[in-house]
Amino acid sequence: MKLLEVTDLVTEFHTREGVLRAVNGASLALERGEILGLVGESGSGKSVTGFSILGLIDPPGRIASGSVRFDDLELLGLPEESMRRVRGKRIAMVFQDPMMTLNPVLSIETQMMETVFAHEATTPQDARRRAIEALARVGIASPGERLAQYPHQFSGGMRQRVAIAIALLHKPELIIADEPTTALDVTVQGQILYEMQKLVRESGASLIWITHDLAVIAGLADRIAVMYAGRIVEEGPVAEVLDAPLHPYSRGLLDSVPAANAGAGRLNQIPGMAPSLLRPAPGCAFRERCTRAEDRCCDPPALTQMNGRAVRCCNPLQGA
Amino acid sequence: MPATADTVLLEIRDVSKRFSKRLDVVERVARAMGAAVREHTVHAVDCVSIDVKAGEVVCLVVESGCGKSTLGRLACGLHTPSGGEVRYRGKPVEVPAALWGDAGRARPPIQMIFQDPFASLNPRMRVEEIVGEAPRVHGLVKPADVGAYVAEILLRVGLDPSARRRYPHQFSGGQRARVGIARALAVKPEFLVCDEAVAALDVSIQAQVLNLFMDLRESLGLTYLFISHDLGVVRHLSNRVVVMYLGRVVESAPTDELFAKPNHPYTQALLAEVSRLDRRRRTYAPISGEIPSPLNPPTGCHFHPRCPHAMARCTEEAPRLREIAPGRHAACHLND
Repeated sequence: MKLLEVTDLVTEFHTREGVLRAVNGASLALERGEILGLVGESGSGKSVTGFSILGLIDPPGRIASGSVRFDDLELLGLPEESMRRVRGKRIAMVFQDPMMTLNPVLSIETQMMETVFAHEATTPQDARRRAIEALARVGIASPGERLAQYPHQFSGGMRQRVAIAIALLHKPELIIADEPTTALDVTVQGQILYEMQKLVRESGASLIWITHDLAVIAGLADRIAVMYAGRIVEEGPVAEVLDAPLHPYSRGLLDSVPAANAGAGRLNQIPGMAPSLLRPAPGCAFRERCTRAEDRCCDPPALTQMNGRAVRCCNPLQGA
Repeated sequence: MPATADTVLLEIRDVSKRFSKRLDVVERVARAMGAAVREHTVHAVDCVSIDVKAGEVVCLVVESGCGKSTLGRLACGLHTPSGGEVRYRGKPVEVPAALWGDAGRARPPIQMIFQDPFASLNPRMRVEEIVGEAPRVHGLVKPADVGAYVAEILLRVGLDPSARRRYPHQFSGGQRARVGIARALAVKPEFLVCDEAVAALDVSIQAQVLNLFMDLRESLGLTYLFISHDLGVVRHLSNRVVVMYLGRVVESAPTDELFAKPNHPYTQALLAEVSRLDRRRRTYAPISGEIPSPLNPPTGCHFHPRCPHAMARCTEEAPRLREIAPGRHAACHLND
C-alpha cells in the first residue's frame, strides 16, 4: 500500500482578476521510504501542492476537488482537529526560509519543547532531552548550549538545521521539504543534503523534495515528478527521466541547465515564459512554447502510463 | 580606442576594502577611561589582484559573506578601496565623476548589473525613463530621440519596444532582468560587472538570459566580470575563473584547467560539492564547518579550520598567491 496518494488535486485561489488554478489536477504517489523530487519553475504549483497535502491552504485559496490519501486516512475534508494530529506528527514540513519558520522572539528551546508537547504529554525533562537529541542528529555542535539561544544567533545553514530538527522531533512518516536549500551557499547546501539523506535513510521516512534545481534531485531522489502550469507533466525514476525525458518541457528544462559537461556554446533555451494560470488556454499548457506542438495539442493531453513512467503529452519524445 | 586581445582593460591591484563600525559615545568614553574597546573592522576584500583582458569573461566564484558584492562595486568605482588601486585602461576608476572628463558627463565604460531584478529597478519609473535617463544625461542621444533609442536597446535585449511605457511591476522576473541589462547597455559600455545577475531567475529564464549575455558579447564585443556562486553557470560562461575565500583570492586559472584539476583544497571541496545532473543517488560528503565570520577571521590561511590537509604552518602563516603553472595561481602551502 502506498503511503501517500494524491489524486486529481485542484487548488484554486480566488483573486480580483478571477479564479487562479494553481494546482490543476495533479496526481502523485509515494511509497514508504521513497524520495520524490517535485520539480518545477516558479508558479508551476509545486509549493501549493505541498501545502495542499498538509491542508495549509487559507482563503482566498481553497482545495476545490481531488483526494489526498495518507496511509489509510483521507486528508481532504478531515476536521481541523484530526488534521492537527497528523500535521507535525505524521507529516512534517520544512520551509524554504528558516527565518520565517522560526519565531524570532522565542528561544530554540521554547520552540522545540512546544512542538513536543503539541503531540505528546510528557515531562519537560524528557522534552528537553529529545530536543537536544534532535539537534545533535542534524549535526549541531554542543546542542545543550545552542538550545538556549535565539534564531538570530544561528547562521542560515544552522537555522535550516534547527527547522529540520523540529520537523524530525516526532519521527514523521512523511517529510515535505519546500526548497530548503535554495537560500543557502553551495558548501552549506551540500551539508544539509547530506544530513537530510542520512536522516531519511536511517528513519525510513518518505520525503517529497520540492525544488527547481534538477541537479539536486539527480543526486538525492528515487523518483522525479515534473510540474508545469499546475499539472504533473512527467513522472518516473530519476535516471530514466533525466537520461531520456519523454515530455518536451522536461527536455527543455534539462537543456537549460548550464551543465557541468558543456562548453561555452549557446544553451538550448525554451522560448517564451510560463503561461498565466488565470485564463489558461484550452489544451496542453506547454503548447505555445513547444517545438513539437501539433494541431491535436489543442485538446488536453491525458496522462499516459508506461513501464513505471507517466507523461502528459500528445506527442512525446522517442515516438511511443 | 581599439582593443586587441591582449589589452588589459581592468586591473585590480592589491585592493583591500575594510568596513569599520565607528565607536559610539559610550564606547569612546569607555575607551578614554582605559577600557579595551576596539573598533570592529571587517576585511571584506583583502589584497586582491585581478586582471581582465579585453573580450574575456572572468568569473569570480565567491560564497556569500566572502566579499563578492564589495569586489564588484570596487571594480566599477562604487566603493573607494581602502588600499590598492583599481585601474581601467591604465586610469584609476575610484572617482568616476571627475575622471571621465567633461565634469562626469562622458559615458562611464563600466556598467554594473545587479543581483536582484526586483530591488534594482525604481518602481516609480517607467522603463523608458529607467533605460533612457543615463544616455540622455551623458549626452549620448538628443532628448527628442530618447524614445527611439530606448526602443532599439529594448529590442536588443529581447523585449517588446511597445512595453516601454510600463512600470517594473508589470514585468516578470526574467523581463525585469532584461530591463536591468538594457539599462546597463544604454550608455554603450565596454565592460559589464554582473553581480549574481542570473541567480534569482528560474532555470529556463536563466538559460535565456545567459544566452543573451553571450550574444551581446559577440555583437558588442563586451568584456565581463561575472560574479557568481553557481559553478554550472561559471563553467558555461567563463574563460578564466578566480576563486575567493573570505576576501582573499585562493586560486585563479583558465576555466577548463580549474575544473579538470583544482589545486586549492577549497576549490576541490567546492567542485566536489556541486550538484550535477550526471551524479545519481550519490552520497553527499560535505566539507565540515561553515564560513567563519569576516569580523574575526582565522589566523594564517583562512581556510585552515575546514581544510582536510591543514598543517601547523597553515595556522600561522598566510600563504601567498603564487604561480603554480603558466596562467595558474594558487595560495596554498601544499604547493611548496
